[in-house]
Amino acid sequence: MKFAVVVNEGPYTHQASDTAFQFVKAALDGGHEVMRVFFYHDGVNNGTRLTTPPQDDRNIVNRWAELASQHELDLVVCVAAAQRRGIVDPDEQKRNSKDANNIADGFRISGLGQLIEAGIQADRLVSFGD
Amino acid sequence: MSAILHTVNKSPFEKNSLATCLRLSLPGSHILLIEDGVYAAIRGGSMSDDLKRAMSDRTVSVLGPDLRARGITEDGLVDGVGVVGYDGFVHLAAESSKVQSWM
Amino acid sequence: MSEPDSQAGGTVKKFLYINRRAPHGSNYAQEGLEVALIGAAFDQDVAMAFLDDGVFQLKSNQDTAEIGTKNFSATYRALGDYDVKKVYVERESLESRGIGEDELMPLVYEDEDDDWEEKPLISVVDEAELREIIDQADVILNF
Repeated sequence: MKFAVVVNEGPYTHQASDTAFQFVKAALDGGHEVMRVFFYHDGVNNGTRLTTPPQDDRNIVNRWAELASQHELDLVVCVAAAQRRGIVDPDEQKRNSKDANNIADGFRISGLGQLIEAGIQADRLVSFGD
Repeated sequence: MSAILHTVNKSPFEKNSLATCLRLSLPGSHILLIEDGVYAAIRGGSMSDDLKRAMSDRTVSVLGPDLRARGITEDGLVDGVGVVGYDGFVHLAAESSKVQSWM
Repeated sequence: MSEPDSQAGGTVKKFLYINRRAPHGSNYAQEGLEVALIGAAFDQDVAMAFLDDGVFQLKSNQDTAEIGTKNFSATYRALGDYDVKKVYVERESLESRGIGEDELMPLVYEDEDDDWEEKPLISVVDEAELREIIDQADVILNF
């Protein structure tokens, strides 16, 4: 079965990103495909590499990135939501003349069309949010 | 078409997500309480009767990891409420026609 | 913004956008509307449902000048132009919030099958109808 997952909240405030991670991990462990994880609303904040949680806590951003590298997960951060909230990749940095970028490994910034496309192509779309 | 999996992640004491889910879900559907949604399933809580009524034609489960994180034991749940893990959540999502997240 | 691509071509699914939050107090309504407008370009079967506090999104005469936020409520008027022709509002949610149908924005679309006559976009539906609408959808997104 082909799943797509939507994450609508950032890390560390709501449980949404944690639950989404556990769901995706269980789906992959169960032999399913996860064709995309789409980060929208404050969910785009899952994609900053500048996060520094305390050492005794989980690193939500790295955890996504590691899962992505193990399973070739497509982690997509919505560009419109990212621009509003200051999540920047090298292309966006150049395009909007910013002095830095902060996108984490394993994430990419793209349009809302990627969410619609996931809805069309996946067998099941599962949303996590607040 | 098989039935919908409804997830509810809000405490019923905070928001009407479960109430809306209960009134808009069809017989045969599965309701999975996750995150703060699991608080609805505590036996003796004010949602007990609503859940029992729902279970006459729908299935209600809670996500075990969320239950244990909140210090609730399975024997403290409303009778008839099932408990699943993340693998069970994935299985329910795969078996249903689609997933509707009441947030 | 990525355009509809050939990979997605051919498949038409029923997308239902469920809106249950009030506007202005949070950003979900505005960003949800953006999804509906982008999604309309993908030639899918698109419907929007407004229930619970979501019905407040369609309240007429919203004016955000004094709170200093962008007044996106005018954007709902574009839905008809984007070929979103099914906008459902739940009657029970309106009634329990003291909002009359006549207090909703008069959204319209031009019916190409009827000499481009302007027709109302909003259908007020009851709980039982909404239950079926949710049941019939293929993909549901919540805002």
